[in-house]
Amino acid sequence: MLNKYPLWKNLLIVLALIFAGLYAAPNLYPPDPAIQVTPARSGAEMSEVVLSNVRSALQERGIDFFGEEVIGNTALFRLTSNDNQLPAKDAVQRLLGDEFIVALNLAPTTPEWLLKMGAGPMTLGLDLSGGVHFLMEVDMDDYVKSKIANYREEFRNRLREEQLKYRRIQIEGHSLRISFVDGAVRTEANSFISRTYPEFLQENDDKGEYADVVLTITEAKIKEFEDYAIKQNLTTLRNRVNELGVAEPLVQRQGRNRIVVELPGVQDTAEAKKILGKAANLEFRLEAEPGASRFQTEEYAFRNEQFRTARLEKTLITTGDSVTNAQPSFDENGFPQVNIDLDAKGGAMMTQVTRKAVKRRMAVLFVERKPKTTYETVDGKEVPKTIQVVEKSIISLATIQSVLGNSFRITGLESAEASELALLLRAGALAAPMYFVEERTVGPSLGKENIEMGMNSVLLGLALVLVLMGVYYRLFGIVANVALLANIVILIALMSIIGATLTLPGIAGIVLTVGMAVDANVLIFARIREELGNGRSPQQAIHEGYNRAFVTIFDANLTTLIVAVILFAVGTGPVKGFAVTLSFGIITSMFTAIVLTRAIINWIYGGRRIETLSIGGQS
Amino acid sequence: MIGATNFNFMRLRYAASILSLVFIVISIVAIATRGLNLGLDFTGGTLLEVQYETPESIDRISTALESAGYRDVTVQHFGAETDVLVRMSEAFRDNLGAEVLNILQTQSADNKLTLMRSEFVGAQVGEELRDEGGLALLLALFVVMIYVAARFQFKFSVGAVVALFHDVIIIIGLFALFQWEFDLTVMAALLAVIGYSLNDTIVVSDHIRENFRMLRRGDSEEVINYSINQTLGRTIMTSLTTALVLFALMVVGGDLIHNFAVALMIGVLVGTYSSVFVASSLLLMMNISREDLMPPEEEEVDDRP
Repeated sequence: MLNKYPLWKNLLIVLALIFAGLYAAPNLYPPDPAIQVTPARSGAEMSEVVLSNVRSALQERGIDFFGEEVIGNTALFRLTSNDNQLPAKDAVQRLLGDEFIVALNLAPTTPEWLLKMGAGPMTLGLDLSGGVHFLMEVDMDDYVKSKIANYREEFRNRLREEQLKYRRIQIEGHSLRISFVDGAVRTEANSFISRTYPEFLQENDDKGEYADVVLTITEAKIKEFEDYAIKQNLTTLRNRVNELGVAEPLVQRQGRNRIVVELPGVQDTAEAKKILGKAANLEFRLEAEPGASRFQTEEYAFRNEQFRTARLEKTLITTGDSVTNAQPSFDENGFPQVNIDLDAKGGAMMTQVTRKAVKRRMAVLFVERKPKTTYETVDGKEVPKTIQVVEKSIISLATIQSVLGNSFRITGLESAEASELALLLRAGALAAPMYFVEERTVGPSLGKENIEMGMNSVLLGLALVLVLMGVYYRLFGIVANVALLANIVILIALMSIIGATLTLPGIAGIVLTVGMAVDANVLIFARIREELGNGRSPQQAIHEGYNRAFVTIFDANLTTLIVAVILFAVGTGPVKGFAVTLSFGIITSMFTAIVLTRAIINWIYGGRRIETLSIGGQS
Repeated sequence: MIGATNFNFMRLRYAASILSLVFIVISIVAIATRGLNLGLDFTGGTLLEVQYETPESIDRISTALESAGYRDVTVQHFGAETDVLVRMSEAFRDNLGAEVLNILQTQSADNKLTLMRSEFVGAQVGEELRDEGGLALLLALFVVMIYVAARFQFKFSVGAVVALFHDVIIIIGLFALFQWEFDLTVMAALLAVIGYSLNDTIVVSDHIRENFRMLRRGDSEEVINYSINQTLGRTIMTSLTTALVLFALMVVGGDLIHNFAVALMIGVLVGTYSSVFVASSLLLMMNISREDLMPPEEEEVDDRP
């Protein structure tokens, strides 16, 4: 019994440790407080003039900054002190006005060579970084109902076009009941519907006065609607969140019909909610007739054409709320166009207004609400005050060719123009209404406190375990301690690599891992002592101890892992963070407690004759 | 030194069973009569944490809020004298946080107040979290039972799962008895306890199985006793290290995870006890024997023509 690892195995272990050390290293560099400057509109450029203005504004206020960098259109200025962040933001925002969004950020200080290897620090959860968390529920029922209402309008038109005489169309939950005059018409309608609307299941019903058919929308189609609605709402929310100028926002689907929004660093929930819940930002209006009274009309500029304006009626036809979809496509002749779908209410309004307005022009107004910061003097001190400024501009002005319903198109566009118009038409609209079901705000000081307390408990827990192991198992205990430290480094490296989020319960998971990871070594050492007690030679005892303990360690860890995975699957937010650190901790501890300690023990004791082991517990 | 003990644990198994039963009955009674003090995550509602510069009396704060017309207000200290936690069933409004802060600030004009955090959980979300949590617990127990049955033997899995139920019920019972707040982190702790306590049970079971196969003499009681004594050193050592880190969490980890640490600490203590007494004595009650654990003998194949 020699207890020697082959060279390749030792090298592999050393390599794994170096690798882990490198990828865990970025977490050692505390981020710099910084301010981030981004143009408010996608067209604007980050120019040298802007940068030098910012520089002089900061210098004027005596705020130290360094390491200025520009990535794409975003400029980052690092500050030397946390306390300067807010004054710096105010000063710069004031200088640049509303053309730019200035946000607080934390700039990573990871050295260049580490960044090149793709290493970076762990992301901190909201409970550690401070910020706002919203959970919003999308009202799917309402959305499907509005879809059904649209279908009713559509059926009215199509059945009339096809000359299929019906008495009435009623909405029954997620179904439509169409009453035909007689069975013959219904048979014709049956085949028309199954041809044109495969998304409906048909069921004929003769109980009533007429020949009825009940159309029920398929589950698959409802699922499709839901996916579309969520996707559309996500896009819209992302656009709105971008207006807030948050450094690293998270907008993500959760489950079937919920959306999580996390805004690190934001404290003003009211403001954030106002922007997230912002309503209609499109207006459909008729162009004013020549000679119309100035009191009933307003003049607006075009969004993409300088100096061009148009005079519009003050009355709205409908708003962006009614837009359920807008897609660029091509007409029969291959010219670009944009197809617009409105909901039932919007469609009805559209029909009513356009009936009397064929050959006139209709404009689509894009409405933006922008936060504008002004300064007023209160008690001799200048206080920033944010107000909402509304800006409206025309994105389309087109001639109405015929009476419009809830589905129409805008033609005569360039291809690029069509896609941009479709995007703008969709940009503001939520496909389905949403409401807040959960909201959490964590103040920045609480976040810092949490990090501190988390770190303290890791350190205290670690120290206690290290001392106990060293005292109880002597040299073997020290080897286990080395493995324990390596375990934490590997765990942190792994979490940094996969970009896992660290939360307070996540830190608790690390602490717990510290306590439980030594279990594997305790099992092995207990076995070795037992073997020694049975009169085996030290080398044999080491060999047998590791071998026989393995199955037990494996079984015990696997069951804990199963539980951690279940926790990950059902848990949300911070609890998920706990499940992540716990499961990774278990996996990494298997490597360090079995393979790494064995390598060290082999290096200390292997390949020579020994009489005793420094493992404690022998009398 | 620990490790060379030869204590007759199985002789104590009747006393232990009575002790366990007493604990379980107390727990069930506590859960039934007092109920759990569910956290915001599960009940839904609004919670605000406000920090005062100098301490303010809880009563004054409650009165101020109640006279302002908020319903179901509970105010309590959170960690420090200066930290106050306000909970109410009020549906959330955009500036409720600012509103409440304003009322409190007016009341204590010369104090400096900071809003540390505000949380709002919809009633429906709370209900879902409750259901999901319960489901996760049952799922974990079920999966674990199947794993142990497949890896060891059916009687072991019954022992393990009963031991786990025992641990979980006692933890929940203590939370009900002392009305400690039961929130999402405690739910997570319960699942972690299942993992931890099982760990212990498996190590003991592993030795029992091995000893049944290796020791040709001795009855079941002796084999189980021997196995428990064999693993006692390890059991105590691991429980000790885990308890130490949990102690660290309880002392310096802060209030947000205090109850999490408490639940785990109870879990470690009860789990250690249950893997020795509950799981093992159940094996005896089910008449575990050498035959249950012998590897299936390979059938001899007659190759001759």
